[in-house]
Amino acid sequence: MLGALIIVFREVIEAGLIIGIVMAATRGVAGRGRWITYGVVAGVLGAVIVAFFAGAISQAFEGSGQELFNASVLGIAVVMLMWHNAWMARHGREIADEMRQIGADVSEGARSLTALAVVVGLAVLREGSEVVLFLYGILASGTSGMALFTGGVLGVVVGAAFTALTYFGLLAIPTRYIFSVTSWLIALLAAGMAAQSVQFLYNAGTVNVLGTTVWNTSWLLTENSIFGKLLHTLIGYTEQPTQLQLIAYLGTLAAMYLLVRFARHQPHDRELAAPAE
Amino acid sequence: MKNLAAAAGLAAVLVFAPLSAGAQDLTLTIKDHKFTPSEIKVPANKRVKLTVVNDDITPEEFESKQMKVEKVIPGKTKAVVRIGPLKPGRYPFVGEFHEDSAKGAVIAE
Repeated sequence: MLGALIIVFREVIEAGLIIGIVMAATRGVAGRGRWITYGVVAGVLGAVIVAFFAGAISQAFEGSGQELFNASVLGIAVVMLMWHNAWMARHGREIADEMRQIGADVSEGARSLTALAVVVGLAVLREGSEVVLFLYGILASGTSGMALFTGGVLGVVVGAAFTALTYFGLLAIPTRYIFSVTSWLIALLAAGMAAQSVQFLYNAGTVNVLGTTVWNTSWLLTENSIFGKLLHTLIGYTEQPTQLQLIAYLGTLAAMYLLVRFARHQPHDRELAAPAE
Repeated sequence: MKNLAAAAGLAAVLVFAPLSAGAQDLTLTIKDHKFTPSEIKVPANKRVKLTVVNDDITPEEFESKQMKVEKVIPGKTKAVVRIGPLKPGRYPFVGEFHEDSAKGAVIAE
């Protein structure tokens, strides 16, 4: 039972971290609970569907379907996270100001919430489909299924608790800094996802260059450990990154930086709200 | 939307190349949550295609951090896993859903 709990928790932890960060990043934005719930529900439904069609997805594209699917899911999430950060660069200060003034929900932010709901949905979809398959496997094998199944379900619960821990941990950051902290977290999250995404393209055989490993830090921290796994999700820690992964990682950070600068210096869409600060 | 387009453009800059021909075919079989053979030799410094056959009715996840592979293989199906180029050495892998018994290693030489 403990084994099943740990396996499921390990799968859930990544989605859990992402949801925790997204919740902190949208602190004070009206309707965010609803959007994040949509994301989670859509992700769970999607996970069941993906698990059901796992065989078909695997066989697609000459056996590279699963890799291409994962690469696309991660790629879309990266774009959504970039979009969110660019959007926050433009509107974040208004939101923070409003939050300080009225200490309540602000009406701004529905567009960015869509992007983040998609990110949450995709994270749940990707990790969730593996949990569904694993739990299905336990049920299908029949032997001592119930204890294992209970372990698996408990794993999801512990994962949810972990999400709450991430969220409340981030909430401890003063309002003044929270958006810059979450923007950084989202930038690193996106860079790590981009590095994972290109590795899936490489595994699919779509990309066949730059596969050389640059360094190996497995002696320091393995990705299999819980801390390694956390860092893997948070900042994209990889014990043996390839040239391709490194380029994707740094490229995403650079693109994010440029986008945010660009967004900040663009005149606002709506000039009616606030005159010069 | 301009930002979206810019990001999509960046993604398109990725280099696409055709599948490398002449990759060697090697097969692993999962039965009763164990790999046969449990060790498999592959040529070093080359891209290699492993075929993993899951003979169990339960799904398995073929995983190796060292080889950067993570692939779900549903019950009674087979999957192709591309690895390498690997430097000479031993690269362990596991079936993540049954890590106690499903263990093995790729030996690159």
